[in-house]
Amino acid sequence: MDEKKIMQVSALESGTVIDHIPSEVLFKVISILGLDKIDTTITFGFNLHSKKFGKKAIIKISERFPDDDDLNKMALIAPEAKINIIRDYKVVEKKVVKVPEKVKGIARCMNPKCVTNVEDNVKTRFTVLINNGAVDLKCHYCEKITDQEHIEIV
Amino acid sequence: MKNKSLISISDYSRDDYMQIIELAEHFEKKPVQNILEGKVVATLFFEPSTRTRLSFESAVNKLGGRIIGFTDAASSSVKKGESLKDTILTVAQYSDLIVMRHPVEGSARYASEVSPVPVVNAGDGANQHPTQCLLDLYSIKKTQGKLDNLNICLVGDLKYGRTVHSLLQAMVNFKPTFHFISPKLLQMPNEYKMELEANGIKYYEHEELTASLKEADIVYVTRIQKERFSEPMDYEKVKNSYILKNKMLEGTKSNMRILHPLPRVNEINVDVDENEKAYYFPQALNGVYTRQAIITSILGIK
Repeated sequence: MDEKKIMQVSALESGTVIDHIPSEVLFKVISILGLDKIDTTITFGFNLHSKKFGKKAIIKISERFPDDDDLNKMALIAPEAKINIIRDYKVVEKKVVKVPEKVKGIARCMNPKCVTNVEDNVKTRFTVLINNGAVDLKCHYCEKITDQEHIEIV
Repeated sequence: MKNKSLISISDYSRDDYMQIIELAEHFEKKPVQNILEGKVVATLFFEPSTRTRLSFESAVNKLGGRIIGFTDAASSSVKKGESLKDTILTVAQYSDLIVMRHPVEGSARYASEVSPVPVVNAGDGANQHPTQCLLDLYSIKKTQGKLDNLNICLVGDLKYGRTVHSLLQAMVNFKPTFHFISPKLLQMPNEYKMELEANGIKYYEHEELTASLKEADIVYVTRIQKERFSEPMDYEKVKNSYILKNKMLEGTKSNMRILHPLPRVNEINVDVDENEKAYYFPQALNGVYTRQAIITSILGIK
């Protein structure tokens, strides 16, 4: 079924397909993965029908295979994303995103008094805490917790 | 601990606490020594904190070291718009160690990452104040002869009070029983209670002050600040319920001691000062020995 939907967007000879992205975070995913700086063909579907999310997005990246560390950065905003590696029009590997233990420079600390929000050029750093299935971020600097509901991607 | 910055109480292990306490005992016996001769310690106080600054400066002076620095941001280049990074990188050229007080949370950790010399956090906003915590541990050890299995009452603002949070985190290593005494609005935050539960440590919460005092070995009092209440009425309702008075100390254990990070306003009545269980002024003196221990161990002198 997945394969059929992928076909709806356009067939990919070789590359990476990221499926099950909630529509509202598509552009954040593009930015986190640095896809705006890639020079090969990228196609994406937006507001596709999904039983799970209502509306989902799909990204197909030609000839590029982002490494796991990069893909895992998506876990904060698209924890259910599925990754398919395509070679010769076939899915040769399926991956799910894994929540990383540490994240750097992706999210904003929700504490307005945190040094990362006050001083210029201080990159945020967090330890990821899993709390009843939700992803919380503990700031490396101010030690305050940004809960999933308040995670804002920089 | 040589060359390692001290930013958060969790940077140190139980062994590190014991090492600092042992060294502080040494300095209490011999507070004046010429072992910091030729060393320059910078005290950068981006917000005023006279007590903490004087305690650090006393510690360094008694050991023959020199102090440079400023006492508030208004008298430094910060006023001209200099970044924290530039201030730290510059001052690090002039000093062997930086003691820093800053209103911004996480600023000390950031400073320690850009600084080529070690940084000691003397308070970063509502976040951490690890030297206060170590002097509290020293005071507890000194008055009780041990740190393990004590009954500790924390009184006052347990929601925002960073000293009680750090003390709780440090004491997790020593199997205490905690009593939390505060108005409902200022209760101990869940994340700390979860930490206790994860470590199998018992705690009890009370809104009333006197009941748990009788079993206590340590009563640690903090100030309830009016600014913490959005409704002035809420403050008026509780402001007189958490004042420790001398007559409440009847029937408490003879080894019990009352600690307070100071400054005190009215949460400990002055009639307690004469009681031998009042320990907050000696506690402040312990701060000098503890800071001597911290500075010399970081500089690799002791």
